[in-house]
Amino acid sequence: MNKASRKHIIELLDKGIRLDGRKPDQYREVSVEFDVTRSAEGSARVKIGDTEMITGVKMELFEPYPDTPDQGSLMVGAEFSPMASPEFESGPPGIESIELSRVIDRGIRESQAIDLKKLCLKKGELCWMVVIDMAPINAAGNLFDAGALSAIAAIKDTKLPGIKDDQVDYDNKTEDPLPVKKVALSVTVCKIGKHLIIDPLPEEEKVIDARLTVATDESGELCALQKGGEEPLSVEEIDKMVELGIEKGKELRAKLES
Amino acid sequence: MTYDKRLDGRKADETRPIEAKVGVVKNADGSAMFKIGSTVAYAAVYGPREMYPRFQQNPQKGVLRCNYNMMPFSGHGNRVRPGPNRRSKEIGMVTEKALLPVIDLSKFPNAVVDVFIELPQTDAGTRCAGICAASMALADAGIIMKDLVASVAVGSVDHSIIADLNYDEEAYEDGPVADIPVAILPNSGKVTLLQMDGELSREELKKSLELSKKVCKDIYEVQKKALKAKFEVESK
Repeated sequence: MNKASRKHIIELLDKGIRLDGRKPDQYREVSVEFDVTRSAEGSARVKIGDTEMITGVKMELFEPYPDTPDQGSLMVGAEFSPMASPEFESGPPGIESIELSRVIDRGIRESQAIDLKKLCLKKGELCWMVVIDMAPINAAGNLFDAGALSAIAAIKDTKLPGIKDDQVDYDNKTEDPLPVKKVALSVTVCKIGKHLIIDPLPEEEKVIDARLTVATDESGELCALQKGGEEPLSVEEIDKMVELGIEKGKELRAKLES
Repeated sequence: MTYDKRLDGRKADETRPIEAKVGVVKNADGSAMFKIGSTVAYAAVYGPREMYPRFQQNPQKGVLRCNYNMMPFSGHGNRVRPGPNRRSKEIGMVTEKALLPVIDLSKFPNAVVDVFIELPQTDAGTRCAGICAASMALADAGIIMKDLVASVAVGSVDHSIIADLNYDEEAYEDGPVADIPVAILPNSGKVTLLQMDGELSREELKKSLELSKKVCKDIYEVQKKALKAKFEVESK
């Protein structure tokens, strides 16, 4: 950890400002664009400051698992292409991208954002699998929130493809959307010294003590949490971080509507 | 000659609409986006930077390393499994060979210039779009270059010589099809990428290459314009 950088960031936070002039609880400019790649059944591009993420949804047909014969399935993946940052390397997925995809998977799965039962076509025989892939174009901090927002936006954008002889007919999209029940998204709150901040820059991510990703649905209920970072958190701190996560989640949610 | 009307109504020597933009990945030393029809390629350049693994270093000059990747949701139909495969590795290799003749890395021994090509959306001609984007990204990164590299797929569909085949033309069933991805150095007219699959006569190949030269000149103008546009904005 760069001690000088950490000291500088904390001294600024003592005065209530960030490296880029923002307030501690302020997002950079957030934008959501739907339907950005034709080859996916649904897609979205999210920009948070200089961070840019494209997420695509592909629909596949599969034979459901024996323990859930009447349910479709969900798969979330993230590929950190070395295009997006000099710190990403080629090769098999690193632990960062695995953590990201698993946390976002939980947010969508546990909030029951998608009604998996409605994705069953023939019980025990044929169901839809929703495959969500996230691809950062430029990684400039806070991939968690960009990933979660782009994933739910891509889900909302999805139109089911047609089916011909129990096979997917990708050339003929229907007008049917995915059965979306809830809109789950996440806000990652970071702790540096005694300060809490959201939407960290890469420089800030490198010096945080701990972070908490708070995934919520539209009623403000929690649907997934993930603590990261090396330092412990007190229960009071967690409560404050969750409060901030819920409050800021509402702000992000508005970006999906416009 | 029955394929005289193209499926999407284009003229024989007409490409799909092209858009190009330089500086699309802020983190990179150079970057570009090249869109031709529904095929979109991003390219990002990092370097010259230290080469790892070290045994791949060349003490004589810097190394160019190209990586081609289709995003999982970019394919026509099924999801593309993430990670490298035989196809993407070969395309990375021929992309390197297509770009090498124009770049000078003699001042950077032991270093590497990494080019990462990513495709979010595809409809044929991906390696050519990747090469077009990569050469713009290299120029944007300030790598010493003799020329840009322009690239397009030409070919014959049922004995008609056409430029920039789309997916439906590649899959044309009522006659023989040949798909020829070509990369050209616009100023010398020399060829740095040449692949072909399908059925083609020697005469048709000659005509196709003449056509590719002409089309690549047009693409070159688009590339130059995009490069200039970035630096005009910066100087304001």
